[in-house]
Amino acid sequence: MFEINLGHYLTLSAIIFTIGVAGIFLNRKNIIVILMSIELILLAVNINLVSFSVFLGDLTGQIFTLFILTVAAAEAAIGLAIIVVYFRNAGTIRVEEIDKLKG
Amino acid sequence: MLIDDRMIQGIFFYIFALIAIISAIMVTVSRNTVHSVFFLILDFVSISCLFIMSGAEFLGMIMLIVYVGAVAVLFLFVVMMLNVAQQENEWFQSKKSKEQNSSHIPVGFLISTIIFFELIVVIGGWKLKPEIFSNLKPEVMSGATNTHSIGSVLYTDYIHLFQISGMILLVSMIGAIVLTYKKRVGLKRQSYIRQISREKISGVEIVTVDKNKGVKIDV
Repeated sequence: MFEINLGHYLTLSAIIFTIGVAGIFLNRKNIIVILMSIELILLAVNINLVSFSVFLGDLTGQIFTLFILTVAAAEAAIGLAIIVVYFRNAGTIRVEEIDKLKG
Repeated sequence: MLIDDRMIQGIFFYIFALIAIISAIMVTVSRNTVHSVFFLILDFVSISCLFIMSGAEFLGMIMLIVYVGAVAVLFLFVVMMLNVAQQENEWFQSKKSKEQNSSHIPVGFLISTIIFFELIVVIGGWKLKPEIFSNLKPEVMSGATNTHSIGSVLYTDYIHLFQISGMILLVSMIGAIVLTYKKRVGLKRQSYIRQISREKISGVEIVTVDKNKGVKIDV
């Protein structure tokens, strides 16, 4: 049980991924929490890549993780800028009141 | 009972993984958004501890710098700027329509549990192809540290991807500035073009002033 192998890391990443997906599905109030759930999902992907890279002894996974970090930072900046602009225009960022598109 | 290095490693893995999972749950269910950001920081810190423990020290430190130092502080800024911290983050209630709202909760739970069990099935059932070990690129130098070998791969084989990621950061920076830039009316600003293109004819006017009358200046 205390022997840590690849499966432990993959299970941890699956649990965090599922928590992120559930956070997106079930959140009804706050769109910033949805952005944080997306960060959780990207974190789970990073755990997968790093653990495969470490256990196979190949550095490519860690390089990919660096690029995912870059894209995640860019996505957080753009998403928060969009939220600020929307709040300035509409006065609210509650998920249930963002229904202009009637989707 | 004999305690060896493997067992200590296992104990620390379970501690960090437990903290990570609990704080990930708290990110999504916490009522206060500021608390969600704090739990997100805790999650990133414990995952970067796991990275450092498993031998990817450079990425663990980069996670700390990028996520905890930049992204989480950005989230905190936005949460505090928009004053949504007291907005409750409830799952099961909706002010607008209670009967319409009740349908997505069980469907969301169902789909996320299905995703989780699919992932577990995949994790339990996969195995490596035997010829994959001949395709692996081993660590470049055997005695080098993790940072050294990442640098020697990143700046040679992946230099184009590295530069493209720099371009992505530049574009996102410009995009964020353009999105949030607001042109305010009624603000006196310096206009270089008007200053440079000003001529003597339009700048100076010679008036003949009548005695004892003064002059009225129109702007």
